[in-house]
Amino acid sequence: MAAQTLFEKIWNSHVVHEAPGEPALLYVDLHLIHEVTSPQAFEALALAGRKVRRLDRTFATLDHNVPTTDRSLPITDPDSKAQIEMMRKNCRDFGVTLFDLGAIEQGIVHVIGPELGLTQPGLVIVCGDSHTATHGALGALAFGIGTSEVEHVLATQCLWQAKPASMEIRVDGKLSNGVTAKDLILGIIGRITTDGGTGYVIEYRGTAIEALSMEERMTVSNMTIEAGARAGMIAADHKTVDYLRGRRYVPAGAEFDRLAARWLTFHTDDGAKFDRSLTFDAASFAPQVTWGTNPGMVTEVTSKVPDPAGYADATSRRAAELALEYMKLAPGTPIADIQIDRVFIGSCTNGRISDLQAAADLVKGRKVAPSVHAMVVPGSQLVKIEAEQRGLDRIFKEAGFEWREAGCSMCLGMNPDILKPGERCASTSNRNFEGRQGKGGLTHLVSPIMAAAAALAGHFVDVREWVRR
Amino acid sequence: MEAFKNFTGLVAPLDRPNVDTDQIIPKQFLKSVVRSGLAKGLFFDWRNQPDSQFVLSQPRFEKANILVARANFGCGSSREHAVWALADFGFKVVIAPSFADIFKNNCLKNGILTIVLKPEEVDAIFAAIKAHEGYRLTIDLAAQKVSDELGWSATFPIDPFPKRCLLEGLDDIALTLIHERLIQGHEAAHPVTYKL
Repeated sequence: MAAQTLFEKIWNSHVVHEAPGEPALLYVDLHLIHEVTSPQAFEALALAGRKVRRLDRTFATLDHNVPTTDRSLPITDPDSKAQIEMMRKNCRDFGVTLFDLGAIEQGIVHVIGPELGLTQPGLVIVCGDSHTATHGALGALAFGIGTSEVEHVLATQCLWQAKPASMEIRVDGKLSNGVTAKDLILGIIGRITTDGGTGYVIEYRGTAIEALSMEERMTVSNMTIEAGARAGMIAADHKTVDYLRGRRYVPAGAEFDRLAARWLTFHTDDGAKFDRSLTFDAASFAPQVTWGTNPGMVTEVTSKVPDPAGYADATSRRAAELALEYMKLAPGTPIADIQIDRVFIGSCTNGRISDLQAAADLVKGRKVAPSVHAMVVPGSQLVKIEAEQRGLDRIFKEAGFEWREAGCSMCLGMNPDILKPGERCASTSNRNFEGRQGKGGLTHLVSPIMAAAAALAGHFVDVREWVRR
Repeated sequence: MEAFKNFTGLVAPLDRPNVDTDQIIPKQFLKSVVRSGLAKGLFFDWRNQPDSQFVLSQPRFEKANILVARANFGCGSSREHAVWALADFGFKVVIAPSFADIFKNNCLKNGILTIVLKPEEVDAIFAAIKAHEGYRLTIDLAAQKVSDELGWSATFPIDPFPKRCLLEGLDDIALTLIHERLIQGHEAAHPVTYKL
């Protein structure tokens, strides 16, 4: 058989039907659902008298709307409450497994998929959420879909897809101390821009990628959509197999051994061709901070807010001017001088146990600056339980952070965790669009240790100077 | 889905690149459980600034049903609500030099035509709107042509399958279930890999 890329292996083995001039009909192995993008899909299904075709491949959670405070209390926002109730009703009526509030499995959909072992190498995984790209870190083909497509997958377990082009992003060498997977992906987006990946599926390769832990790989894959590429894949290896062993939905014994052997075939063959290839040196990346209103408007913490006057292209110049106006930043301001009001550690990008551990290690024995309101939102209840077993909650609380329940929370403020107008936030989430965290809220995307350091200092710092060797 | 019909409509200009779906429809409107009634949320934050100069706040563009924009329109979140809001406002077509993938797919599912034109052609439309009050374009999907009433026109690319779906108003799910046997065949050969 000819050499195939990881993407081709999965694509080719999932085509149910294809014809010239048409998109391919792909089979979907895993369909993850949350409460925001599913109501209209279930409604349409009911109206057409259709059932969910594969309940054994469909799993739902509540994440976007849920409060991260005491969940024994009723939900205050009537629309959030209605949407959550609708998810519960739909799951009851259609027989879908729901990881509800109070369930140990509940959490952000892209955190719980891998940790429950639902995400596995070689699978096609979809969800009505663009950060579905996260699951690509386990060697799956995973991408976001809209609500109409959610309806289609519920009814048919398939999806019409035009085959994207393939891009290889190779990162070789070693990340410097204090430079994290988050800085790597922010730096890559800064270099290739927010539509550099449009029309492509990206595979991340190279020694620096292989050296990443599974959770670090998830951070990289997660933000692939911010470069315009729907899917960001990393080949499965022994780390992937070790990560999945023993997880809730992963078989054990001989069945596991058989699966593991198969999983290890999900990598790109020698000699396989990509439509486009880019190479980066890991050592060339420094801690990143976004300054503008999309993830591509990013720079190194040691640098300054750019001057739009220096932009050659008129449209980009105007976009930068508007961004600085919204962000209330003057050109030439050193990033390290920017004061912050809020810190949010969490989200599907950086809400996992290793993210919380790294932040806790940095803040242990120190205090959040008096001017800063900081909070930590674990990505799932399992992450929360693990963190509490390790005593991370005590470390955060003693330092002056709020310790919350699991959910999407301040990444997009659909629950009560939102910025007030003019509040400036160092956030470990994935989008700094205007109003994303709250109307008039000013978002700066950073890594967990950069957010932790900013919480202590009250402004951005070059965390490389702080990290204990 | 209703079939797409050729029409002539008023064009509104949105002169910013990388317009993300958080701007098209902010999060508070994602709490809706229906597809309708989202026009009030369309570009909510930009329309509701105190001295709003925003294009869709201007009476002259109230009845626009063609939107012309810049590169990477519809990037960011997959929220299909962005498309529903545009449709509810009255837009049937969006013209831009490029679109984000998920947004483009969502438009297709809702009968909204996304037209990719070359940057200089898009520039020409922006200039024409500035110069001519009430500037309109005629959209001919079968001929893949955009033209105005002043003698300017441009052709646009579109894959045959989406073109047919739009022209005939085809229902995706019905199309898929034609291949029921093949789906069953795949399922038989690929059992679930979960411990349930």
